[in-house]
Amino acid sequence: METVIGKYNYWIYIALMMIGFYAMIAKRNLVKKIVGMNIFQTAIILFFISTAYKKDATIPILIKSQEVIDPAKYINPLPHVLMLTAIVVMVSTFGVALAVIMMLYKQYKTLDEDEIIEILRKKK
Amino acid sequence: MNLSEHSSILIVVIPLIASFVNIFLNFLQRKLCYPFFVLVLGICVALSIDILCQVINFGVLRYRLGGWMAPWGIEYVIDHLNAYLIVIVSSMSFIVAIYSKDSVKKEISKAKLPYFYSTYLLLATGLFGITVTGDIFNLYVFLEIASLSAYALVAIGEKRSVLASFHYIIMGTIGACFYLLGVGYIYIITGSLNISDLTRLLPSLYESKVTLTALAFFIVGIGIKIALFPLHRWLPDSYTFAPSAVSAFASATVTKVGIYVLIRISFTLFEPKFLIEMTPLSNILIWWSTIAIFFGSLIAIGQKDFKRTLSYILIAEIGYMVFGINIGNKEGFIGAVLHILNDSLMIGCLFMIAGGVFYRIGSRNIEDFNGLNRNMPITMAAFTIAALSMIGIPPTAGFFSKWYLIVGAVKAGYLVSAVILIFSSLVNALIFFRILEKIYFTKNENTPMYNFRELPISMMIPIVITALAILIIGLYSGEIISSVIKFSLPKGF
Amino acid sequence: MIRLYDDLIIQTVCRIMIPLIQLFAFYVIAHGHYSPGGGFQGGCILGASFILMVIAYDINWMKRRFSEKKNTLLMAFGVLIYALVGVLCILLGAEYLNYGILNKIIPTDSVKVRALGTLIIEIGVGITVMAVMVSIFLNLTTFGKHEKGEV
Repeated sequence: METVIGKYNYWIYIALMMIGFYAMIAKRNLVKKIVGMNIFQTAIILFFISTAYKKDATIPILIKSQEVIDPAKYINPLPHVLMLTAIVVMVSTFGVALAVIMMLYKQYKTLDEDEIIEILRKKK
Repeated sequence: MNLSEHSSILIVVIPLIASFVNIFLNFLQRKLCYPFFVLVLGICVALSIDILCQVINFGVLRYRLGGWMAPWGIEYVIDHLNAYLIVIVSSMSFIVAIYSKDSVKKEISKAKLPYFYSTYLLLATGLFGITVTGDIFNLYVFLEIASLSAYALVAIGEKRSVLASFHYIIMGTIGACFYLLGVGYIYIITGSLNISDLTRLLPSLYESKVTLTALAFFIVGIGIKIALFPLHRWLPDSYTFAPSAVSAFASATVTKVGIYVLIRISFTLFEPKFLIEMTPLSNILIWWSTIAIFFGSLIAIGQKDFKRTLSYILIAEIGYMVFGINIGNKEGFIGAVLHILNDSLMIGCLFMIAGGVFYRIGSRNIEDFNGLNRNMPITMAAFTIAALSMIGIPPTAGFFSKWYLIVGAVKAGYLVSAVILIFSSLVNALIFFRILEKIYFTKNENTPMYNFRELPISMMIPIVITALAILIIGLYSGEIISSVIKFSLPKGF
Repeated sequence: MIRLYDDLIIQTVCRIMIPLIQLFAFYVIAHGHYSPGGGFQGGCILGASFILMVIAYDINWMKRRFSEKKNTLLMAFGVLIYALVGVLCILLGAEYLNYGILNKIIPTDSVKVRALGTLIIEIGVGITVMAVMVSIFLNLTTFGKHEKGEV
C-alpha cells in the first residue's frame, strides 16, 4: 500500500504515459496520434515537476529582506526550468507535426492512416 | 581577444546565426542564399579542424557558457572523440552542401530553397551541439533541434516523404522522450546534469534501481534515434523519399552522432565495467546488433529501389558500430569508432551517387542502371570505389574497420557474431556486384540508350572527393588510430 | 478558412481586450529576469492577442496590419538578438552569453548588467515565440497558402 499511495505521482505519470502511448500506437487517426504524443510529453513534465516538490516549501523567489536562506524552505527550481525548455520543444514538435498532417490532408484528403495506406497501395 | 579559444561555441553559434540571416537574405537578395550557405559550412570545417588540432596539441578543451562554474552552468567539453566527430560532421555537411546546389533545384520548388538552406543549417547546428556539449539536458535540446529539422527536411521530399516524415516524428518523439525520462531519473538520484560531475557521482549508486531504470531509458531512446534493428521502422521510408541531398547528409551524420551519444552514455557517463560486468546490457546489445546486421543485410538483398537498399545496408552498418562498442575490448572499440568515419563517407558517397543517377534518369530502380558506365564514367568509378569499400576489400577504408571488428569479435569469443559480420560482407558483395555487373557489362538490346553526359560539376566534385577520401583514409587509417582514436578509448580497455 | 463574421459584441470586447493582453504580455516579458515570467510565456500571450484578432475580425484584416513577411522576419530577428548578444560578449572578451562583460558598453556595475543582459535575451525570445505562434496559427488556418503563393 505504501508504494501505491506514497508515490502516487509516479503512478499518475505512468498511467498518463501509457494513455499517450496507446493513442500513438493504436489510434488510426493522425490527429489522435498527435494528441497522444502530447499526452505522452505532458506525463514527462508531470514527472519532472513532481520530483521538485517539497513539503511545506514555497516558490523559489528570494525576498530581499531575508538574511538567512534555508534551502529546505524552497522547492527545487531546476526541474521547472528544464521543463520550460521541454515545453518549448513540445510546442515546436506539435507545430511540425501539425504542418505535416496538413500536407498529408492536402495530398490524400483524409486523416485516417489506413485509408492513406490503401490509397498508396492502389497507386502501385 | 583570441577567437580560437572560443571555437567550441562558435561552431554551434555560427550555423545558428547563419540559418536566420539566410531568411533575411531571402527577402533582400535571393541569389546570395546559396553562396552564403556554403561559405558558412566552410567556416565550420575550418573551425572543426582548428578544434581537432587544439585537442591533439593541448588535450581536453573545456568551455564554460556564460562564465558559470562547471556543475552549475552548462559546460562544453571536447576530447578526442568529440573532435573527431565534429570534423566528420562538418566536412560531410560541407561536401553535401556543395552537392545540393543542382540536385535540390530539381527536387524542391524554387520558393522553398532558402528555407531548405536554413533548415539544413539548423540540422548542422543541432548535430554540432550534440557533439560539443558536456551536459545531458543540453544534449536533449540539441537532439530535438536536430530531429525537428530532420523531420522538416524529410517532409519536403517527393510525395510519399510526408507520410514517412510523420512516422519519423512519432518514433523520434518517443525516442527523445525516453531519453528525457532517463535524464529525469539521473537527476533525481544525483542532482546533477553535468557529464563529468556525473562520472564522479554515479559509481557509488550503481546498485540502485533508479540508475538501472535511467540506463534502460537512455539505451532505448537512443536506440530509436539511431534506428537499431527492431526500432528501425522510420529509417528506410524517410531516407528513400527524402530529397537526395538530405538523405546523403542525414545518413552520413545523424545516425553517426547517435552512435556517439551511445558511446558517451555507455562509457563516459557510466563506467565500462558497469555495462559489461555488472549488468547484462552489453551482452543484450551485442546480440541485438548481431540480429540487426543479419536482418539489415538480408532485407537489403530483396529491394529494387537503390536508395531503399542503401537504407537497409545503413541499418546493418549501425549494427556493426553498436556491436563494436559493446564487445568490450580495444579492437572492437577502435573498429567501431573508425567505422563511424568510414561509414559516413561510404554511405554519404553512395547516397549522393543515387541522387546523381536520379537527377539524370529520374529513377532509383536498380534495373535502370544498365550500361550507365557509357554515360557517366567518373561517377561510376566513384561508385565502384564506394561499393568495394562497403564490401570490405583492401585497400579501401571499409576493410580496416571491418577487420578490427572481426578481430575484436573473435578475441572476445563471439564467434557467431564474427560469422554474421562476414556474412554481411558477402551479402554486400552480392548486392553491389550485381549492380556493378549491370553498370559495366550488361549490353541488353532492349535497354534504352540514354543520351546525356556526366553529372554537373557541382555534383561530381563532392562524389569524387568522398570516393578519393575513402581510398586515402584506407591508406592512412593507422595514422588516424594512433593520433586520435587511441586517446578516445574508455578507461580499462 | 476563417470568414468574416461581423459581431458587434465580440469585436468591441476584443478592441478593448487586445491592448490589455498585449500590455500584460510586455509586463511578463519585462519581468522575466527577476520574477516568474519571461520570454516564452510573454511571447505566447502576445501571440495569443494576434490570434484573438484573427478570430474576432478576419484573417485579411489582420494581414493588412501584420503581414506574413514581417512575421517571418520578426521570427528570425528574435533569434538573432539572442545569438548576437552572445557573440557581442565574445567580442568584448568574455565567454559566450557572459553578460557581465557588457558593462564595457553599458555604464552600470557588472551585477546589474547581468540582469539587463538577460532582459535583452528575453525580449529576443519573446519576439520569436510571438512570431512562431502566429505563424503556426496562420499556417493552419490558411492551409499553408498565405498570400499569393509566397513561402
